[in-house]
Amino acid sequence: METTRRDFIKISSLGAGGVALTSTTIPLSGIFGKKKPALDDEKLTKIPTYCDICFWKCAAWAFVDATGKIRKLEGNKNDLLDRGRLCPRGTGGIGAYYDDDRLKTPLVRIEEDGEQVFKEASWEEALDLVANKMKEIKEKHGPESFALLKHGSPGKHFAHLFQAYGSNTIAEPAFAQCRGPRDVGFKLTFGKPPGSPENTDLRDAKCIVLIGSHIGENMHNSQVQELSDAIDKGVSIITVDPRLSTVANKSKFWLPIRPSTDMALLLSWMHVLIYEELYDKEYVEKNTTGFEELKKHVRQFTPEWAYPITDIKPEMIRKSAREMAISAPSTIVHPGRHVVWYGDDTQRSRAIAILNALLGSWGRRGGFYFSEKMRIPKYPQPPYPKPKWDAHTLSHHFPFANHGVTGDVIKASLIEKTKEHHVKAWMVAGTNLTKSVPERAVIESAINELEFLVVVDTMPMEITGYADVILPECTYLERYDQLRNSSWRTPSVALRMPAVKPKYQSKPAWWMAKQLGERLGLQDYFDYEDYEEVIKWQLEHVGTSLEEMKHLGVKNYDRRSKNLYMDEKATQKFKTPSGKIELYSQKLKDAGFEPFPVYKEHERPPKNYLRMIYGRAPMHTFSKTVNNPYLNELKNENLLWINPRVAKKWNLHYGQKVWLKNQDGVISTFPIKVRMTERIRWDSIYMVHGFGHNNKNLTRAYSKGASDTKLISKILTDPIMGGTGLRGNFVTILTEEPTKNIES
Amino acid sequence: MRYVMVIDTNKCVGCSDCVVACQVENHVPMGYCRDWVVETVNGTYPSVSFEFRSERCNHCDNAPCVRTCPTGASHIIEGGIVLVTPEECIGCGACIESCPYDARYPHPEEGHVDKCTFCNHRLEKGELPACVSVCPTKCMYFGDLDDANSDVSKLLATRQHKVLAPEAGTKPRVYYLI
Repeated sequence: METTRRDFIKISSLGAGGVALTSTTIPLSGIFGKKKPALDDEKLTKIPTYCDICFWKCAAWAFVDATGKIRKLEGNKNDLLDRGRLCPRGTGGIGAYYDDDRLKTPLVRIEEDGEQVFKEASWEEALDLVANKMKEIKEKHGPESFALLKHGSPGKHFAHLFQAYGSNTIAEPAFAQCRGPRDVGFKLTFGKPPGSPENTDLRDAKCIVLIGSHIGENMHNSQVQELSDAIDKGVSIITVDPRLSTVANKSKFWLPIRPSTDMALLLSWMHVLIYEELYDKEYVEKNTTGFEELKKHVRQFTPEWAYPITDIKPEMIRKSAREMAISAPSTIVHPGRHVVWYGDDTQRSRAIAILNALLGSWGRRGGFYFSEKMRIPKYPQPPYPKPKWDAHTLSHHFPFANHGVTGDVIKASLIEKTKEHHVKAWMVAGTNLTKSVPERAVIESAINELEFLVVVDTMPMEITGYADVILPECTYLERYDQLRNSSWRTPSVALRMPAVKPKYQSKPAWWMAKQLGERLGLQDYFDYEDYEEVIKWQLEHVGTSLEEMKHLGVKNYDRRSKNLYMDEKATQKFKTPSGKIELYSQKLKDAGFEPFPVYKEHERPPKNYLRMIYGRAPMHTFSKTVNNPYLNELKNENLLWINPRVAKKWNLHYGQKVWLKNQDGVISTFPIKVRMTERIRWDSIYMVHGFGHNNKNLTRAYSKGASDTKLISKILTDPIMGGTGLRGNFVTILTEEPTKNIES
Repeated sequence: MRYVMVIDTNKCVGCSDCVVACQVENHVPMGYCRDWVVETVNGTYPSVSFEFRSERCNHCDNAPCVRTCPTGASHIIEGGIVLVTPEECIGCGACIESCPYDARYPHPEEGHVDKCTFCNHRLEKGELPACVSVCPTKCMYFGDLDDANSDVSKLLATRQHKVLAPEAGTKPRVYYLI
């Protein structure tokens, strides 16, 4: 295939012989038809699973009736992560199964009468095509040139295939578009990232400090539950956010900060803790290095210095710092999760880590505990071949990128950007790239130059429109997957098994990976008929069995190491070069970066522009749940939060449809409705991420609201680890419909 | 026996899990709901606060829907739960008009009026209503106000609370801790 323009195809554009996929809407009476009485649990069979609607992986039961229909999902009471209570997305997870917009058969791009269309294909045909392309790329360019961009459970199965094939050109948005800076910042300081789920001991915290993190809107189940428990016990919450978030509203101190100035506040908090001698002297003395240098470094960063930068009054800075110190060490300055904001995010995460060190909260009850996970042996397989280069090679200019950087893989696919390591083909599995990664224009240029693009998803997400081959994955309720092995206070394993057979022609990712592996002569890496065998083997190696797990769903184990918290009598060894908590980072210094966090002024909105801030809604995960019939009922569009005074100036009214234009002239594809609210600062607008879908086959999500990702054309790159800072974009409001720009 | 629901607005995060759990449990038709979440904002930035409330039928002691129902389809059962007998409901809508909480809707396909039942079918089996049992923040409590040792009795005895539209004189049985 030449590097011809790859048209974005609507999936319904089927070639001759193809049957147009209908997009019937779900009848009013719901997905189970008329006259169904309320549920009678005793007549239902319980099948264990763990949720796949987000990355938290709460263990759950699927209730299946006598006719083989899934009737509801409930949390598993023995699971310490959800304690029998799923979040709205988990409860509404059955909608992922019943969504009739799902991908139903493999689809292959063909050219017909000069037009590119998708044709329905058999699995044989589609898999042969993908395997042949994999062979061809390997012969022509080397296996490293076939990249995997992935997320979640399907991604893991394909990562195995790709490594067996010889490619470790693997990246996921979870690093450079999400939590990478925080993991790197904490690792540099404590020798360990906070992990997922984070090792925050919220349950026993007396003070919780949230920097832009909006627990309750990000529905990370255990954190929401434990925050609620902590509220019952009288926790004091300090929230730093330009928006009165749900949790800001529950806070003792809400600091409505000027966006982009968090670093100044963090430095002045350090100043107060040190110069008012509120820090944990014994802990700092025993466990850290670089305190004296830090003391000198923050001397100038007084609350009075921070005030004109942050808009937070000096008295408030002092009061909130004292509040943290009173509760220490049971004070958590939360590491957050989606922290790619302004390009100095690793340094901001370092500042957060240093504050925790000063408060003595790492390794203390009510601070950060030492998490543990199971040691589950790997199913026997030959060693992976060693690739000549990989995603790390592409990101060598980011010395602390310890995972693949999505943007670098994408850029390595552009001919003019590539010297020696050229990416020629992608598999995209479980991530809707045009909504999970910014710089749409760059992604589209890269895709245009690819020789081959295969997309694996359950839904006709936007990224499928660019594919040469689309492989329909079944939902988590229809498949086996890896055992869940979450790091937590105590280790556990959880089982996901099929509650029902896959709908339509959809298939599990493990099956696709195995089929492709066999076609590539890699059968030794897939030495099983069914993934059930792998699970079975692994469970027997951790002292249980598939039979037992079918009844339990989740099994909890005792810790191997004794201490959930630091042993106060012993000397704690940290996995840093000095073996101590590194307030001063020699590693950063040696790599040419600041050894201590410093405040850098970021660009402010130009005249008539507002800073675009985005976040989560508790009933949605990224862009992937908007079409879910149940979750769509709860929230089917995002709204433009705007301060009423600003709205008045712009002469806007509630519910008015407006378009957004960013600093580079990028205009939202669809209009968004105005929500005037006092909960947002006057210099910013806010919207929930993940809306504004432009694929018509997402019948419920199509054209609803605006896509924040599309409006992010300016990236503030983190030079330490390659994070893509996304908060440096500004928008202005258009009240007239701009030139029709709806994509195909 | 007097069933009441107590909802702690200080813990609620407005996630709407109660809404989707009810929808799944009770086969509430798409586009309708038996419970819903309300947000009310007070003040001016930055002196601003808001409240999330999960709302539903208040199972009033002095229920206008029961008084206005011409057929007796709307009735109160033991424990004070207000129910609708679908077979007796003629769909006249008088109860919908009379409810100050807008808690009732005409079932689009079956014709009768529908609303929250406090998940009576679950109570009969000793389970909590679906909304209460699913809530991740555990901000919802359900129990017997006649039992002084129940969680709900203790909470109402010790915490500041309110009901919705007290001026309507309906004696509602869904309480909000504030």
